[in-house]
Amino acid sequence: MSSDRQLFDYLLRLGDSPLVLSQRLGEWVGHGPILEEDIALTNVGLDLLGQARLWYAYAGEVEARFADVERGEDALAFLRDSGEFRNLLLVERPNGNYADTMARQFYFDHWHWLLLAQLAQSRDACIAEIAAKALKEVTYHLERSTDWVIRLGDGTDESHAKMQAAIEELWMYTGEMFDADEPEIALATEGIGCDVRKLAEPWHRAISGVLAEATLVVPTATWMQGTKGRGGKQGVHSEELGRMLATMQTLQRSYPGAQW
Amino acid sequence: MVEAATALAVDSVWQALAAIPDPEIPVVSVVELGIVRGVEWRGEELVVTVTPTYSGCPATEVIAADIDRALAASGVAKYRVKTKLAPAWTTDWIAPAARERLARFGIAPPGMRMRAESQAIDASAIMTRSAAARVSCPRCDSRNTRELSRFGSTPCKAQYRCEDCLEPFDYFKPH
Repeated sequence: MSSDRQLFDYLLRLGDSPLVLSQRLGEWVGHGPILEEDIALTNVGLDLLGQARLWYAYAGEVEARFADVERGEDALAFLRDSGEFRNLLLVERPNGNYADTMARQFYFDHWHWLLLAQLAQSRDACIAEIAAKALKEVTYHLERSTDWVIRLGDGTDESHAKMQAAIEELWMYTGEMFDADEPEIALATEGIGCDVRKLAEPWHRAISGVLAEATLVVPTATWMQGTKGRGGKQGVHSEELGRMLATMQTLQRSYPGAQW
Repeated sequence: MVEAATALAVDSVWQALAAIPDPEIPVVSVVELGIVRGVEWRGEELVVTVTPTYSGCPATEVIAADIDRALAASGVAKYRVKTKLAPAWTTDWIAPAARERLARFGIAPPGMRMRAESQAIDASAIMTRSAAARVSCPRCDSRNTRELSRFGSTPCKAQYRCEDCLEPFDYFKPH
């Protein structure tokens, strides 16, 4: 049997990736290439933020069962340092140009969709409910980022070159998504979590189909960042996350307990 | 006697809630949107169950505060607003009368999803992109319309444009 502590850590993994990606998308506010995109990025970011809040609310409940603390969503988002974050390395990558942002979203959305589809069947009712709800939203995200990869890939010479470069640049961060460590496997075996190793095949199939339609080449490099138990899910992050958190957390750090 | 008074109260609560407009789309109420899922007495306490629309919709908190105010104003001594995630909110719950009012307000109402949840979570569906929905222009009824962006002024709406009357309009996405 997995412990509540392991479940808590797993819930942080589920919540931290959407939170960090939502903050990255928020950085685009006011800088989007056109108004519709500015709005769309913010909407996707808000969905992800809402999902992170649901995961954190549950994580806080689980933590209170084994630790003498009561941490709500704000404490979990604003008062942890980068070593305590459990997000994938992919989502903390800086925004770059629009192709970079869309490639990151595209890789993540396809994985996220598959993950949530599995978690919607979780034996843990609370996980299943949050996943089923989030899945509906992520379906839009997936369609949108897929459309953009095709549009930019099968676009002008310049957009094609930028999209191909972005797809290759971020490729090394995709391996971590399918790398499961022991606690994760234990939760999957109990029917609570998802065995992400099983998502690799459908993910590759899905993204390969889209990249072909986008006239882009699927990267073939095999070396991956953050695998073998030393990645974002274990709290080993790039320095980029620290900078992002400094911006995101400054208000709560400077004025503890401040309310909007 | 107590039974009758309680039954009446539940109806009155539904009526009070039906008077709360959606903060972003004031022509429809939070009841018509399918956000209020239940009203019941549990002993001395009135429990109102609500379900959020989109996880990140900023209107969710405003709606909760509005419901809170309405319950206090209706004279209920003890009440609680409970959030329920499952089954997840769907536009299929929007009342028919509300759909007509949306159209008159300039927002194309959502089509019915007609897709079972079990199908939605079939991994093979991942490559199935939603077919370009035939959305009617709420101004001139033309079906010659085009999606400008999947996201609009609120999380629940997409931006469309009518190719005949050339007006842009909001489309309430089937969800």
